[in-house]
Amino acid sequence: MLNRVQKTDSRIENIGWEGKTLRQMLKESDDIFERTGHYQGLKDLKIRTGQPILYEKIFSHLRGGLVNARSTALNISASPIVKEIGELSFALYTPEGESVALSTGIIVHVHTMADAIKYMIRNNYEQNPGIAPGHVFCNNNSMIGDVHTADVHTLIPIFWENELIGWAGGVTHEIDVGGIQPGSMCYGHADRYGDGLLVSAELVGTNDLFHEDYLQRCRDNVRAEMYWVLDEKTRLTGCQLVREQVYRTIEEVGLDTYKAFIREAIEEGRRTLVGKVRQMGFPGEYEAPTFIDLPWKNDETVHPLARKDTMMHAPLRMKITGDGHLGLSFDGANQWDYHSFNCAPSPMQGAMWVQLTQTLWNSDKINDGAYYATSIELPKGSWCNPDYDKVSTTLTWFFLIPSFTGFVRSLARSYFARGYLEEISASYPCTWNLLQGGGINHFGKPSAFTNFEISCQGTGAAYVKDGEATCAAMWNPEGDMGEVETWEHLEPLLYLGRGRKANTSGAGKYRGGCGAESLRMLFKTESQILFSAGEGHVFASAGVFGGYPGNSGYRHNVHHSNMKELAANKAPYPTLDGDPENSAISALVKGDEVFDLNQMTGPHPFGEYDLYASVQRGGPGLGDPLERDPAAVAADVNGGELLERFAKPIYGVVLTRGADGRLAADVAATRAERAAMRQRRLERAVDAKDFVARERERVLAGNINAPVRAMYQSSMKLSSRWAAHFRTFWSLADDFSF
Amino acid sequence: MSVSHDINTLRELKDGKLSFEKLHGLISGFKDADRFDKMVQIWQESVEWDDPILLPLAEHLFVVRKPDGRRVVKSTWGYEYCEAQENWKLHAKVFVRDTEELINEIYPDKLGCDPEWMQLREYYDPLSGTLLEVEVVPPGYPIVHDFKPDIDTFYRDWLGRPVP
Repeated sequence: MLNRVQKTDSRIENIGWEGKTLRQMLKESDDIFERTGHYQGLKDLKIRTGQPILYEKIFSHLRGGLVNARSTALNISASPIVKEIGELSFALYTPEGESVALSTGIIVHVHTMADAIKYMIRNNYEQNPGIAPGHVFCNNNSMIGDVHTADVHTLIPIFWENELIGWAGGVTHEIDVGGIQPGSMCYGHADRYGDGLLVSAELVGTNDLFHEDYLQRCRDNVRAEMYWVLDEKTRLTGCQLVREQVYRTIEEVGLDTYKAFIREAIEEGRRTLVGKVRQMGFPGEYEAPTFIDLPWKNDETVHPLARKDTMMHAPLRMKITGDGHLGLSFDGANQWDYHSFNCAPSPMQGAMWVQLTQTLWNSDKINDGAYYATSIELPKGSWCNPDYDKVSTTLTWFFLIPSFTGFVRSLARSYFARGYLEEISASYPCTWNLLQGGGINHFGKPSAFTNFEISCQGTGAAYVKDGEATCAAMWNPEGDMGEVETWEHLEPLLYLGRGRKANTSGAGKYRGGCGAESLRMLFKTESQILFSAGEGHVFASAGVFGGYPGNSGYRHNVHHSNMKELAANKAPYPTLDGDPENSAISALVKGDEVFDLNQMTGPHPFGEYDLYASVQRGGPGLGDPLERDPAAVAADVNGGELLERFAKPIYGVVLTRGADGRLAADVAATRAERAAMRQRRLERAVDAKDFVARERERVLAGNINAPVRAMYQSSMKLSSRWAAHFRTFWSLADDFSF
Repeated sequence: MSVSHDINTLRELKDGKLSFEKLHGLISGFKDADRFDKMVQIWQESVEWDDPILLPLAEHLFVVRKPDGRRVVKSTWGYEYCEAQENWKLHAKVFVRDTEELINEIYPDKLGCDPEWMQLREYYDPLSGTLLEVEVVPPGYPIVHDFKPDIDTFYRDWLGRPVP
């Protein structure tokens, strides 16, 4: 026990190993990897090969401590995002900031906290403000290392005698961050100055206690101050539990063994990922671009600099080389802009990391070895690596989530080539609609909220089965919608209903999992500012092998509704919107209706009894829909997941209604219909070369809508390679531009 | 750990007939190093032509070796698209959903895309009319080359044998 050092009143000089500074250690670590290709130059994993049981025991100790820290700490939080949805995680790091092991939870942040630690080391925090036992650091600056402002890190150094032996880190997602508008990810402002409370890798506590002036600053600067402060305590407690487990482990196995283990664990991680790529990947080049729309030209609630229609371009390319290296590139991405959807490299790394945990390396042993086995190219000046560090990043996810869907589809092509059909997924849908906002709530208090039903989208179709309904988010595989009653306690919006949404599944031989929708009514509040977020004019994910994307979103709200009268008269009212071509809202409610594809809106005012429809997404499909089992199509219609009128045009299935009222597929008629549909397809299709010639004329004439044209212009300006690709494909002159 | 699966299990996997318990076992267990060769054998059994399959490229598409040594992309129904390194889509039939009416054949109004911003390009096999890929891109976007495999490296460096 004597060697534990948790508190100090004096600074320790050179806290690295063997009298080195942390900066020296980090530089040496980077140099030796560059020179040898092995983390810390390790060619032999002596504990792992010589004492494998001890190696696994140490890992289990640390992993168990991290999971326990998360499970214990979340009970300190009052925020439903943390307590119910589980938006927190903890990780253990080396002195240089590489993750060794992690808890369950929202593990997208494991590498972003690594970036924050490395930032502190590179910026000489060891000297000023000092890194000492009992210190507490906080960060939510994504330009340093984070995804976006709402994700707040706590980082504590772990000392043994006079040496720093590692770091514990924890992260939670905050309900409100004190932005210019309420909500944890508000947007509509032009730059960082509207993002809210920014804590840039700051020393916020000593002797294991938060500085009172820091906590007061938080209370003064955020709306949901109780949640913020309790979450600070949640994260610090978790970090202290992790530190305690590290001490217990060292006391059992000795300091030297612990130090050797954390090095070996990361090198093992690197080798594991390279091995996985060679085992399940296929060398070659993959292309999977995605897009998302930002229709703000006519949205008067957003800043004038942001008031335009924009299309995001994420031209993802994946390359697997013969030595098992997996590299991603976004070369060709268009420029950053005056909105809140820009990404720094740290969130992009975090996104790649969290996708690896759900695809190639779905093991509890994943750590920053993955970082050393992969690479990612992010063009400077683009939305994923802005050359202006005051960009707003409150909702980086809006561009980031679609941009990585192509990664999963590219891996699916690898798995198909290698024969691992059971691993194939048509990718994930985006996690929208995002409802957030605030105002004077139903308790008469100023407040803010962010609804996390988005944690439950339909999953992509697999090669051998349909996707699962309403259960997952790309950023947290442990999806949970949260209880309706809990959200109603926090938000002054009643749930008129929550249910599955027909025709959200992407069609295919196997369809995507079904999406959900909720219908909310403002109640016991005079007014609220509400945001909605999601793609509306485009599909932000795609299907694979002939499967279609899941649904795009839309906006359907009613202002100044007659819901109060309907309730007083006990008249029918809508519980869901349902089929948008036969909308229950439009049929039953009178008022000022907003019903369009502008799903992504700035902060719009709403009043009591106004209605707000929140439509989530279904997963993308896989394979030709005409190859789907006709009985499965009938089951989808009977189950309310497919509107009856689409069974024939999408799936070629002829349905007949039985005496029990249920529909069944007429197998013979379906076979004939499908044969006729295949013939019709060929009759109305053209040779690809004819399509290319026709589309080339459209490009030459510039007959393309303004945001798409601007997207092409921006991508061509930022990337000469992409410009050459575009001009070569369409046989355009070398100096062609729009 | 060395693992190998019975070829009938893999046939059932391909056909979607594997029980959930067996499927779960395949997903959660160690991967079988001989999977590639067994799956190529299964795919070869599933087609009526004799050109040897070098690589399953995508659903219903294969890279095969022709008698003259060329590597060609070929469909289940025998349509030969192009050399392996080319983009097969440039040799397919394509149908573009670029109007609201055509998009609404698949999606109820408001759940699909706006044709001004995005179109659905459907690539069909010219012999069978089977839908092989749906591309969702804005107007004017170059046709996407989904996968350009490095077959030589795979056989030589990863399997340790020459390309058949």
